[in-house]
Amino acid sequence: MSATQVTDVDIPEAGDTGGIGQALRDYFVRVKGGEVGSLPAVAGLIVLIALFSVLQGTTFFTALNFANLINQGTAVIVLAMGLVFVLLLGEIDLSAGFAAGTAAAVLAVGLTKYGLPWPVALIACLLTGTVIGLLLGLLVAKLGIPSFVVTLAAFLGLQGVMLLIIGEGGTIGIQSDFLLAIMNRNMPVWAGWLLWALVILGYAGVTFRAIRARKAAGLSGSSASVWAAKVVSLAILLGIAVYLLNGQRQIVRAGKQACVVMGPPNEPVGCIPTLQGVPWAVLVVLLLLVGLTFVLSRTSFGRHVYAVGGNTEAARRAGIKVSSIKITCFMICSTMAAVAGVLLASRDNSVSPTTGGAQTLLFAVGAAVIGGTSLFGGRGRVIDAIIGGLVVAVIANGLPLITSQSGIQYVVTGGVLLVAASVDALSRRRSSASGR
Amino acid sequence: MTNPAPILELRGVNKSFGAVHVLRGVDFNAYPGQVSALVGDNGAGKSTLIKGVAGIHSFDSGEYLFEGTPANVHAPRQANALGIEVVYQDLALCDNLDVVHNMFLGREEKAGLILDEITMERRAKETLAGLSVRTLKSVRQQVSSLSGGQRQTVAIARAVLWNSKLVILDEPTAALGVAQTEQVLKLVRRLADNGLAVILISHNMNDVFQVADNIACLYLGMMAAQVHTKDVTHGQVVELITSGRSGDLGVQPEILSNGAVA
Ligand SMILES: Nc1ncnc2c1ncn2[C@@H]1O[C@H](COP(=O)(O)OP(=O)(O)O)[C@@H](O)[C@H]1O
Ligand SMILES: [Mg+2]
Repeated sequence: MSATQVTDVDIPEAGDTGGIGQALRDYFVRVKGGEVGSLPAVAGLIVLIALFSVLQGTTFFTALNFANLINQGTAVIVLAMGLVFVLLLGEIDLSAGFAAGTAAAVLAVGLTKYGLPWPVALIACLLTGTVIGLLLGLLVAKLGIPSFVVTLAAFLGLQGVMLLIIGEGGTIGIQSDFLLAIMNRNMPVWAGWLLWALVILGYAGVTFRAIRARKAAGLSGSSASVWAAKVVSLAILLGIAVYLLNGQRQIVRAGKQACVVMGPPNEPVGCIPTLQGVPWAVLVVLLLLVGLTFVLSRTSFGRHVYAVGGNTEAARRAGIKVSSIKITCFMICSTMAAVAGVLLASRDNSVSPTTGGAQTLLFAVGAAVIGGTSLFGGRGRVIDAIIGGLVVAVIANGLPLITSQSGIQYVVTGGVLLVAASVDALSRRRSSASGR
Repeated sequence: MTNPAPILELRGVNKSFGAVHVLRGVDFNAYPGQVSALVGDNGAGKSTLIKGVAGIHSFDSGEYLFEGTPANVHAPRQANALGIEVVYQDLALCDNLDVVHNMFLGREEKAGLILDEITMERRAKETLAGLSVRTLKSVRQQVSSLSGGQRQTVAIARAVLWNSKLVILDEPTAALGVAQTEQVLKLVRRLADNGLAVILISHNMNDVFQVADNIACLYLGMMAAQVHTKDVTHGQVVELITSGRSGDLGVQPEILSNGAVA
């Protein structure tokens, strides 16, 4: 094969020259072709925030409530991040909620009953998740049992295991300042802004280098104006978030003033402790986002996950070890569930038989799907879990402010999930119709 | 016309599935720079023969020579290592990945741990350019947005990406319209003109006579004849396919009756 003919062959690129206008047009074409991605979720998020702000402006759109929202949403988001890997295969993990609970139980028992130092208990907790995932993956990939059935069995089984570990009816408190701090403490104000700057610079640097490398190789990439627009919008969005979180959340009544105190004993009269700053949990989510996104989009393992989800037979013929990909994804999912378990334990200061139960799993699946991850496999990103998780958290947080009926909350959340699944199904139909 | 030395030479290969004797002492050659058509009725054993060459299953007996030396091919990877690539009828592309990703699937270029997208994109473009493919808008397009002919093109380009020496195409035009068939046949011809050996399985006599240099006819698991395209007519090939012989070409009547009964 000679490469000498390259010059006389013209393969124009989409999105190559014309700046932002062209980029928007290309994006529109992709959306029309069925690649909607996170668009509906982002739109939904904006609409919901606007709606709740109008209906319940004073309570909903406050720094305090924004922090609450993050506090409520973090575990679900982390759970959803793991679920993305399994959903990408076209599989499901119904047991992830109780994998979180079981791992959290191991953490709590390790800390209290066995008096382990927290790092050891934490590792045991995460390994519990990994082992659960290994077993699920083996049953799905090697025995060929549908994941729906395997994980439904594990859903029941793990609930039992958790009860056995905790002991009937018991609640075990978490005694570790470090672990409790994750969900209960905030960064200093300056650290929040430092984190903001690092994220923006990191994003700008990585994307800029990628564009320059493509240019240097004579390949087309997005233009500088598109790049700048993305960086600036990200900076503004995250800037607003950091600004809100850095605001004083403690409600200061007349006659009192906020002040920084480290512990109750030296609390001066007429002064209440400040409550402000980006929750540490945000840093955890951020690190997981970067790490897992790297795995999915920059490594051949990630590429193979998409291939298995898109066309298992094609992946197999391309020499990809399909079963080990599947097993690894289930292991990642359950390990992330264990991380979510740590967050739940930290948030509630304890582990009980309901940790990871109730709607935790359904919210997490909902978050991933609402964010744009397909239930049919092959389509999805880690960030979908965050975007969808925020939608779920906004609903869970905003609705109780305008109605006291919890029934309405279930109905609305169920409806939103159904809408997301419909968008998923329709866009899938559209993308297969736009080919051929 | 004299043939160059065959790159692939099968001599007297047999293959049975249980009691069913599917391939009976088949001889078959493929030559560099030539398109060898493999024709035969449904169930004649074309796919079985190809799968044996590709290492999906191994032949029970017979010789398998590649570039003149006996080759040991019992797994697809061994065939790939020799430079043999197969484009299956169902193409086996991932709709959710783009053209570059599909072409490099399972054999990604990496810089350390990280996928080397730039090298992959450049090589994909070079390969497509080398095949004079002009119908793709972008190599970063998802495969789901391609037409049938374009998908076939991507599958073929993937096969030639690996410095392959022998490319096997199973019914590449079966699902295509007239214009796209024409496009793909041109591409098949170009592969051979670039020096590759091509085996083309087809039911369509027009396709075969348009691009093939030689035609091999399987009949009930026996090789009725492998002949130069210009030495035979449409009618003769059809006769070979349907009855195993045509004039002095084809399987001898006594073997035929033995074979058919056995
Ligand atoms: N895996 C198999 N097990 C049993 N019989 C098979 C198998 N594969 C093919 N055959 C039989 O071998 C014969 C030839 O099949 P095949 O090679 O697919 O023919 P063709 O591709 O020419 O239509 C058929 O009778 C078919 O039923
Ligand atoms: Mg066949």
